[in-house]
Amino acid sequence: MDIHEYQAKEVLSGFGVAVPDGALAYSPEQAAYRARELGGARWVVKAQVHAGGRGKAGGVKLCDSDVEIHDACETMFGMKLVTHQTGPEGKGVYRVYVEAAVPISREIYLGFVLDRTTQRVMIVASAEGGMEIEEISASKPDSIVRAVVEPAVGLRDFQCRQIAFKLGIEAGMVQQMVRTLQGCYRAFTELDATMVEINPLVLTEDNRVIALDAKMSFDDNAMFRHPQIAELRDKSQEDPRESRASDRGLNYVGLDGNIGCIVNGAGLAMATMDTIKLAGGEPANFLDIGGGATPERVAKAFRLVLSDKKVQAILVNIFAGINRCDWVAEGVVHAMREVEIDMPVIVRLAGTNVEEGQKILAKSGLPIIRATTLSEAAERAVGAWKSDVTQADSMKVAS
Amino acid sequence: MSILLDQSTRVIVQGITGKMARFHTRDMIDYGTNVVGGVVPGKGGETVEGLPVFDTVEEAVAATSAEASLVFVPPPFAADSIMEAADAGIRYCVCITDGIPAQDMIRVKRYMFRYPKERRMVLTGPNCAGTISPGKALLGIMPGHIYLKGHVGIVGRSGTLGYEAASQLKERGIGVSTSVGIGGDPINGSSFRDILERFQDDDDTHVIALIGEIGGPQEAEAAEYIRDHVTKPVVAYVAGLTAPKGRTMGHAGAIISAFGESASEKVEILSAAGVTVAEHPAEIGAKIAEVMEAA
Repeated sequence: MDIHEYQAKEVLSGFGVAVPDGALAYSPEQAAYRARELGGARWVVKAQVHAGGRGKAGGVKLCDSDVEIHDACETMFGMKLVTHQTGPEGKGVYRVYVEAAVPISREIYLGFVLDRTTQRVMIVASAEGGMEIEEISASKPDSIVRAVVEPAVGLRDFQCRQIAFKLGIEAGMVQQMVRTLQGCYRAFTELDATMVEINPLVLTEDNRVIALDAKMSFDDNAMFRHPQIAELRDKSQEDPRESRASDRGLNYVGLDGNIGCIVNGAGLAMATMDTIKLAGGEPANFLDIGGGATPERVAKAFRLVLSDKKVQAILVNIFAGINRCDWVAEGVVHAMREVEIDMPVIVRLAGTNVEEGQKILAKSGLPIIRATTLSEAAERAVGAWKSDVTQADSMKVAS
Repeated sequence: MSILLDQSTRVIVQGITGKMARFHTRDMIDYGTNVVGGVVPGKGGETVEGLPVFDTVEEAVAATSAEASLVFVPPPFAADSIMEAADAGIRYCVCITDGIPAQDMIRVKRYMFRYPKERRMVLTGPNCAGTISPGKALLGIMPGHIYLKGHVGIVGRSGTLGYEAASQLKERGIGVSTSVGIGGDPINGSSFRDILERFQDDDDTHVIALIGEIGGPQEAEAAEYIRDHVTKPVVAYVAGLTAPKGRTMGHAGAIISAFGESASEKVEILSAAGVTVAEHPAEIGAKIAEVMEAA
């Protein structure tokens, strides 16, 4: 789960990380008001979206008056900000953060991640702040400083000092750096984060260490024990198909193709999508319906897949292990009778009681295209989709 | 020989009184697994499927000499249950649970290391279907009947995709020595490399099938190990050709977040190490058959 910059700053500030003074605004007028409240003569107006690269896309504006703030906000509010991280649809700007400008002397990159190789929390830092970490890795890999945290004792102060000195931070600011690192680490572990990124962490002209930007992502599996973090979720930043799915307890990722997928098991779902691509089609989504292919679940899955208007054919691939193919077949038939479907549906069943399952599908009288192997399923799905589309096109031409 | 599990291994089920746990315990007993008891705090003294239930793993081990455990406990309590098993002297633990917080698993791995190697528990999972040595024992939730007994060792991150592979093999009359699910989580008990080492040392395993997916460094780590230490032929399939970058595809660990984590990069790395890669998931069985013919 991702949160906004202003939320990450509030969280981190609670753990002792210094952040600039700032306030949230929901309108241009409110933004100007916030600036007056903050005082000072220079502010940064930042679009609050769940994506990086906002600056280049016009989502970050330096302003010297409340007129400039108002104008910057007029453009930003309601805009779909398109950055290299958002995809072409972009993300809607509904909140803006007004921050007191800070006199920057140096910019540093600081990140905390779950490193899968060491299976530990890892700190990644670089004196090349402001650049994206992928760019730093590619162009200045030697600038990267890493530290792995020993879970039995947590982040040690000596590790923080090592990082600070390696980054060339002057002795007078090392203590602040240690406090910042420890604060981020505590937030990371106490709140079950999967990522904390401060880019840039700035050293100011008046010798302060301040987080100028902050990003945090959290472990979805741990949100049951952090209700106050779970509350920070902003659905306006999510793909609506996926919000719908997650609200219904279904594992779904929306893609761009035309062939909808309903599969049990994440690996098998990915493999099914692969076979569609290899057969010349494009999957519309990933959907893992999990272990229980009950009629209700299968119906929910059909409705979810159909809510994507681009879908023109549906491929169901269920490997019944503990489930039985006859039960699954009943579920599919029941679901198809309940949900109006006017496109090709291809069903591949495998595993326990597969013949009984196939009989149920055949006897249902529903126009289900049956397949027995994975490749057959994908070929029939792509074939049915192509001929359906051609038919529809030729009908349009005829009329 | 098979690895990790056979018909003599004494197994307990943690969380045995749950609905799913009861169902799968029955299935395991029917398959021939030597299930000797269960553990549910507060339900000590009860009986499930004719087996004694204990309050703690320590008591269960003392009473039954249990060596292996199946953890069928909900996410908020699963990590604690795994650590309890490690502490009680269980040698092999399979954790089925999907949804354990990643940082809990960091602590579990660290905890397991407090014990010296001779006493240290081996863990596979979490978020896996389990381990099966066909014809001998089943420790998990897989359907036993789709496996034939034989000489192909399977190791994979996905449950149903693993069933697909086993099923394709069975269609060709090819059997499995042991199939191990390492699970779909980013922080797991055993990596591909850990299981490959066991298969390399197992006389009963002649060919190895590796079922990978996007996300994480373990396929690349496996490739290096295979290149330097594995003499038996390895066939692999990596799921997630069409997965977009940065999105979690079901499994918590199935996310492309760094270089080398996409399916195509993993295929390249594995091929370079001498692994036969099935481009198409429907070809896994056929490729293994080919490799066995050639051997």
